[in-house]
Amino acid sequence: MSAAVTEEQVEQVVVESLESFGAEKDAITRDATLESLDIDSLDLAELSQIVEERFGIELKGSDVAEVKTVGDAVSLIVERTS
Amino acid sequence: MSGPGKRQGCALVTGGSRGIGAAIAVALAAEGWPVAINYRSDAEAAERTAQRIAADGGRAMSLQADVTDPSQVEDAFQRLEAEIGPALVLVNNAGIRSDDLALTLGEQEWGRVLDTNLTAAFRTTKRALRAMIRARFGRVINVASVVGPRANAGQSNYAAAKAGLIGMTKTVAVEVARRGVTVNAIAPGLIATDMTADLDGTLLSAVPARRAGTPEEVAACARFLASEQAGYVTGSTLFVDGGLGA
Repeated sequence: MSAAVTEEQVEQVVVESLESFGAEKDAITRDATLESLDIDSLDLAELSQIVEERFGIELKGSDVAEVKTVGDAVSLIVERTS
Repeated sequence: MSGPGKRQGCALVTGGSRGIGAAIAVALAAEGWPVAINYRSDAEAAERTAQRIAADGGRAMSLQADVTDPSQVEDAFQRLEAEIGPALVLVNNAGIRSDDLALTLGEQEWGRVLDTNLTAAFRTTKRALRAMIRARFGRVINVASVVGPRANAGQSNYAAAKAGLIGMTKTVAVEVARRGVTVNAIAPGLIATDMTADLDGTLLSAVPARRAGTPEEVAACARFLASEQAGYVTGSTLFVDGGLGA
């Protein structure tokens, strides 16, 4: 399953998730910080859950703690699925 | 009040075969929730409660699992999700007593009570929150006790577990509040159940109401906390104790 995951698919899931957490759609760019989008630890915990369900990978709190931007989140997930 | 409405989910009551747990299962089923009645060993009692719910037109399944065993808990959640949907109401009611003065209380009895009454509630809560935060709705109801906030000689393990449960309730409540998930505790006092049948009458004389409470009186509070109308009540502890803890 993980072999077929593309960066575009990951980005789409991340963007949709962030939107569902209340982030402004237009503000969600690769360089945007999660802090500027008002994304907090609960949102990241839910994002980890969504990623686990969609891509079958488990992100731990310590992994996610290093994530500062949207691009960081996408890269981390892509790295784990490849 | 209000049950699941259009939500696809169920209520899970741990230790739901008898006493307070059974009364809560019946009350939530009356609200329209499909109910999973978790039990560890008394299959017959769990089945009786399920049949009582079915006879009243409700939906219930009995669900065997020892809540102190992580793999059994995971398996139980998977079974109930497959059969009646995710648990959007979780009542952490499973509890045991093993009384002794702290001077002579064994570490094993300390640990056993903490494992069942506190750690297991964390385990089931953590698991249930997954579906609740996605559903933007959830109700966790922890059955604590007036013992914990109040002293009761011979119950240092039980008091520690129940006070811990109230602390956990408050913190988890603030963590998930903005997802529409509430986490509250009920603190029963002296309730007439099998678990309290061996207590002598001295505790009763300390109860301002001068009587033991009934499981149904506790269940009525759980029914309220599970309802839509209680959506702004979170992190609280509702004492159902005839004034014992006042």
